[in-house]
Amino acid sequence: MAQPSGALMHFVHRRRRGAELFLLILALLVGVGAYAAVGLGVKGKVPADIVSYGGWLAVLIITAHIAVRMVAPYADPVLLPIVAALNGLGLAVIHRIDLARDHNLARQQLIWMTIGVVLFVGTLVLLRDHRVLQRFTYTSGLAAIVLLLLPMAPGIGKTVNGARIWIHLGSMSFQPGEVAKVLLVVTFAGYLVLHRDALALAGRRVAMIDLPRGRDLGPILAMWVVSLGILVFQHDLGSSLLFFGLFLIMLYVATERAGWLVVGATLFVVGSYLTYLFIAHVRERFQLFSDVWAHYGPGTDDLGRQSVETMFGMAWGGLIGRGLGQGAPWRIPFAESDFIFGAIGEELGLTGSIAVILLYGLIVERALRAALISRDDIGKLLATGLGGALAIQVFVVVGGVTHLIPLTGLTTPFLSYGGSSLVANWVIVAILLRISDAARRPLPDLSTPDDADMESTQVVKLQ
Amino acid sequence: MNKPIRTVSIFCLLLFLALAVNATYLQYYHANALDDRTDNGRVATATFSRERGAIMVGGTAIAESVPTKDQYKYQRVYHKPFLYAPITGWYTFGNETGMERAQNSFLSGEDDSLFVNRLVDLVNGSSTKGGNVLLTIDPAAQKAAYDGLRKLGADVQGAVVALQPNTGKILAMVSLPTYDPNKLADHDFKKANAYASKLSKMKSQPLLNRAIQTTLAPGSTFKVVTASAAVGTGRYNANTLMPAGDTYTLPQSHSVVHNDVLSGCSNSKIPLIQALEFSCNTAFAPLAVKVGASAMHQQAEGFGFNQRYLDSDQLPGQAVSQYPAGEDAPGTALSGFGQDSVTATPLQMAMVTAGIANHGVVMKPYLVDSQQSPTSFETLKQFPSTQLSQATSSSTASEITRMMVATVQSGTATPAAIPGIQVAGKTGTAQSGLTNPDGSEVPPYAWFIGFAPAQSPKVAVAVMLQHVDQPTDEIHGGTLGGPIAKAVMEAVLNPHG
Repeated sequence: MAQPSGALMHFVHRRRRGAELFLLILALLVGVGAYAAVGLGVKGKVPADIVSYGGWLAVLIITAHIAVRMVAPYADPVLLPIVAALNGLGLAVIHRIDLARDHNLARQQLIWMTIGVVLFVGTLVLLRDHRVLQRFTYTSGLAAIVLLLLPMAPGIGKTVNGARIWIHLGSMSFQPGEVAKVLLVVTFAGYLVLHRDALALAGRRVAMIDLPRGRDLGPILAMWVVSLGILVFQHDLGSSLLFFGLFLIMLYVATERAGWLVVGATLFVVGSYLTYLFIAHVRERFQLFSDVWAHYGPGTDDLGRQSVETMFGMAWGGLIGRGLGQGAPWRIPFAESDFIFGAIGEELGLTGSIAVILLYGLIVERALRAALISRDDIGKLLATGLGGALAIQVFVVVGGVTHLIPLTGLTTPFLSYGGSSLVANWVIVAILLRISDAARRPLPDLSTPDDADMESTQVVKLQ
Repeated sequence: MNKPIRTVSIFCLLLFLALAVNATYLQYYHANALDDRTDNGRVATATFSRERGAIMVGGTAIAESVPTKDQYKYQRVYHKPFLYAPITGWYTFGNETGMERAQNSFLSGEDDSLFVNRLVDLVNGSSTKGGNVLLTIDPAAQKAAYDGLRKLGADVQGAVVALQPNTGKILAMVSLPTYDPNKLADHDFKKANAYASKLSKMKSQPLLNRAIQTTLAPGSTFKVVTASAAVGTGRYNANTLMPAGDTYTLPQSHSVVHNDVLSGCSNSKIPLIQALEFSCNTAFAPLAVKVGASAMHQQAEGFGFNQRYLDSDQLPGQAVSQYPAGEDAPGTALSGFGQDSVTATPLQMAMVTAGIANHGVVMKPYLVDSQQSPTSFETLKQFPSTQLSQATSSSTASEITRMMVATVQSGTATPAAIPGIQVAGKTGTAQSGLTNPDGSEVPPYAWFIGFAPAQSPKVAVAVMLQHVDQPTDEIHGGTLGGPIAKAVMEAVLNPHG
């Protein structure tokens, strides 16, 4: 761990819970305002259930706030409001698609959000110290692998839109990959904390870059194989990319060695090429990306419809958007889930798109800030992993939807319709808040300030 | 571990920056290109759901958008649909024709001149409205032309064009058979498509705007062009004696040309004015040869042959009237009375007569008088009248006028005479040169061109009858076309009936 500077040691973070409450009220205004705007835009009147809807949203947000106030008083004050704003905006946009398609997914999503907030509070209350997670390194690793394998199990696994990433239990459907994401971060963090020295110190220097030893390549090769496996057997390009990128980032942060990035990038390129050669699904995606216009319209296979309609929608939205309820986002297939960013771009314009991108950027920034100021390795790695995972996920899905990179199936965190994703992301936020609470909390006053030796001893003891 | 965390944050920053740049590209820089794609259903629907501007004639709308309850919000409605269909065309999802196409960007509100309106609409939160287009059409002349054609029978195929000689304004443009654009603009697209395919399968081609899209042999009306070329050489005037007779043998050939009219042409030498009055083919065929292929070609082009003059923002699809360059002697002889390789649209022949009426200056024909703001009704653009060409000198024009007046007074064009007003005119009865599938000859086309008053012309008319349900020997430009031209001229000259 880098030695904190003297100034940082004496800096005491304020709790800033009042600021959080103020930002939360703004976030609530975004959510309820957007909901009302959707009603006005589509039907010309404010939705009849605006009071009960807004009330419920307020209850959820205030509950989360009170929980933070009580069990994580020093936690970052910006994270929760951003998440609340994104979740509220997502609900409004899903409601907007509901009105166009005549179903009621928004209500369902509100229930999922409720479960998400309950788990958020539960995580904060039960997980009083994030370092406890290190105990579950292998347990959560095993759980993650089981979850990832579940969709392959006959009977409960189900192929949706070409990807076998769903499990069905009765009427409930669930995307275990989203939960596996959290578990994998915990596993990686726990593993790397233990093995970082071995991974970092031994190695050869080739062309200015420290390359790791062959025997240390084991974990990254294993992760590479797992990622390829997900791709090959589940046709889930997005998750495969996410897990591999996530692991690479955490490995790099843990070992501080750029050599791992070289190895990782090489594996990524080789893996991409191999899958392009041998997996039709991947080839299809690339071809769709390279000439989407050949896959749109009558006389073609029309596979590019969702990409093209998203681009049309975003162009149609222009700088300030058509206004909520006044565009035609129902033209985009899956506008309420994977392609929700297109719907936002159409109705809220470039202004809305950039705002959403900034909000995600801020979440990642707050997560990495928590990592920077965290006083322990596991906290740093967890926060980096969770923040990095979110960054990669947003890039992969938004980049795919906006035709920056080939399209892969991932949900847009907090915005997309989908219970597993929403719930998992609320838990991620809870863990991030827990880490930032620990990092921002003033050190217990166990030493006399002028005794520098004592002080460093204390820091070591904290580990 | 903080150093790599900082590196990771820069990496994440780059990822988000890439997303933001890409969103900006899509929604700002590339947005117009995406919006303009023809396969963009979103824009098409939005445009189709917009309150489109009206097409106005004489202060009343002949096409307008009225609110409906269906998903497209506005229904295009055509008033007097059959009368104006060849002009308005129709407007439906993803397709528009006629004036709806020519002025589409203004009618739909997309035009740059409506930018301020769009901005105001955007700020007010109201939806964009298209501007109104005011036509040059004189409703009385239009109705007179339509009624005149309809009187000739149910399955008449023909067209009438009337021009204001000194401006080029199109005062009337009628084409029969016609159709109901309301049925084509129906939001029940299946029904509309069925009607469209029924129309396009009909042999009489009702979707064709014969006034500008059909080129046929102009027959004897073209003698006005031949006479202009002859007088233009300086070697001829109305009284110049020229060879005529009952027959004329084409140069380098054994083919013999006859006259349609039995009296007036038989003398071996007659003055030019008499040749025009009685439409003597046997006089004009050798005259054209004497004038020469190149002078004839030049004269025809002076009136607008071989050119596209009706701009696409006026009406799309103008056919080019033909007078080929480098005709040989027999071809030139036949062209002297508007046969063989000479073809013209009714608009072209109206321009010939309007050019004579306007002292030899042919004005560029136009149909859109002005564009009007949808909100303040102020005129945003007034279309100017522009000169197309100087077809003949002023003196030549007045010499031809003299002969055309005589043609109405005592020649073949007497049916167009208006009491108290000097009318100039010329008839034409053109051999179709075609045979029916059963071997019989396709009946001739009847033409009439003229203008009035002869000394200060207010209106020039061309009438073309491609098919009339009458026996072949009853088909004459004068008897069939003359009364229609007369009615149109009267409608313009006596606006109050």
